[in-house]
Amino acid sequence: MALLETHGVAKVFGTLRALDGVDVAVRPNSFHGLIGPNGSGKSTFLKALAGDHFTTSGTITFAGHDITTATPAERSRFGMSLKFQITAVLPELSVYDNVLLAMQSREKVWALLRSRSRRRLHGDVMALLERFRLADKCSNLAAELSHGEQQWLEIAMALTGEPQLLLLDEPTGGMSPQERRVTGELLMPIKATTALVIVEHDLDFIKDICDRLTVFDQGRVLDQGTVAEIEASAKVQEVYTTRV
Amino acid sequence: MSSVTPGRRLAAPLRVLPIAELLLLVLLVVLPWFISDFHVIITTRMLILAILALSFDLCWGYSGIMSFGQALFFGIAGYVVALFANKAGVLQLAALVPIGMLVGLVAAGLVGWFLLWARQTPTIIFVALGTLTASYAAERLVAGWQWVGAGNGMSIWDFAMLGPYELDTGLVFYYVGLAFLLFAYLASRYLVRSQFGLVLAGMRQNERRLAFFGYRVQTFKLLVFAFAGMLAGLSGTLYSFHEGFVGPTSLGITQSTYAVLYGLFGGVGTLIGPIIGTLAIETITFVLADRDELKNYWPVVLGVILLVVVAYKPTGIMGFFLSERERLGTFGDDRGGDEPGSAPPREVDRGPA
Repeated sequence: MALLETHGVAKVFGTLRALDGVDVAVRPNSFHGLIGPNGSGKSTFLKALAGDHFTTSGTITFAGHDITTATPAERSRFGMSLKFQITAVLPELSVYDNVLLAMQSREKVWALLRSRSRRRLHGDVMALLERFRLADKCSNLAAELSHGEQQWLEIAMALTGEPQLLLLDEPTGGMSPQERRVTGELLMPIKATTALVIVEHDLDFIKDICDRLTVFDQGRVLDQGTVAEIEASAKVQEVYTTRV
Repeated sequence: MSSVTPGRRLAAPLRVLPIAELLLLVLLVVLPWFISDFHVIITTRMLILAILALSFDLCWGYSGIMSFGQALFFGIAGYVVALFANKAGVLQLAALVPIGMLVGLVAAGLVGWFLLWARQTPTIIFVALGTLTASYAAERLVAGWQWVGAGNGMSIWDFAMLGPYELDTGLVFYYVGLAFLLFAYLASRYLVRSQFGLVLAGMRQNERRLAFFGYRVQTFKLLVFAFAGMLAGLSGTLYSFHEGFVGPTSLGITQSTYAVLYGLFGGVGTLIGPIIGTLAIETITFVLADRDELKNYWPVVLGVILLVVVAYKPTGIMGFFLSERERLGTFGDDRGGDEPGSAPPREVDRGPA
């Protein structure tokens, strides 16, 4: 059974039909890539999944819940997590506080007022920072990190609370080849607990880590399947050779 | 694990804030010994208004709620306690203060519920206009309401009682005002330096991001707004009894604007800033209004000073002394748990408040 399913998702901005009848299913613990030319609707679709904007029509179900009209906070509580395309770390907070803020989001308001959970969460915060190679920069302001490190911090923050599904919007944008390789290494271990939907322009990167791909074109699903199936798809070849 | 030893504090830079807090506290404690009785009364008024400024700072400086109607809660509490005193003979400060704070809390809770409690977070301008309108409407309403003295306001005929003692203006009221200011300061500091305060700090930087973490941002805003209303209610209660009077202007736009100016002048986002801002603006106002040659122009002079500060130093007076890092401070690391070894890591100690 799919963890996430969309049926006939459409999104209209004024006269522009950015998404048009998109059906996608994501299995638990699988890495699912969304690819397509610029403006094909993949980022719009990811944002619709995250609740950043609501769909014009269609339904989205996640872990058995109809989340079509759920707010981002509600989707997050169901176990969905989003990493933004443009890094959205909190620049004026320390790296440590960024992760703590993400991690303490399930705490009750009263517990936050009494600051009871900070020490309890300390080990988890440091373990996550360690895993994402940021432990020795935990006291730095997030703004002081390199672009790649900010992306890793974002991913680390998105993984707190062990979401069932992580949505990643161009995680390797602006990264050096070395940073891309490390990002791949950092992402692979999460497969044991978390499914991933990823939008990415770097096709080599996405082929390396994804199990299945959905190819978008002009707001519609052009094709979907395993990496090998998509690589062999004549329709996809045509779009990529004629328009990319 | 980390190469940073948890709890170890290295290379702590000079922290300005604790020094400023201590200096200001000492100054305010000894000040009455060096000034006239008349100036003690004037300064007491400033201390009480500083609580109102603090309440504005919690809204704008810490939570991104532009409240242009903070005097609404100040004035409503002032009216309610005046009515309790005049109509029901309740004069004990121990009863009046909780009543005033409760009124402020409930009034702000209701206004906040109306303005902030939406599915999507409302814009700054919506909240600013909403609070401004509420303050203006309340001022007009009481100005036409005979039962509460209409445009003439209400005099409070008796002094508040502190146990068996009458609380006349002067030295005792000064220290009562200072004690309540200290209480409001410490309560606010507890709030903004807690893990709750970390959520507020995150909210100020990227509200949308916080929603994606699963925080219901509106809940945090509403709680801070209601708490700030409670402090404004405390301030209004003390102010009414200190002045022996409450009138429509106390809950109107002018008083609300003053709360904004105190905060911006002193520096929002630091708790000490609004207190210094209140003392500075009220002192400048007092000095300028007392000089014959400036009597008619002092609001203009004051306005120009404020414009210069707000335009060229948005961080206010405290911005000259505090680094951005110290202003942001740390969160929740001095409380909770019993294991000193598990304190959060800090290579650089960034100080409180």
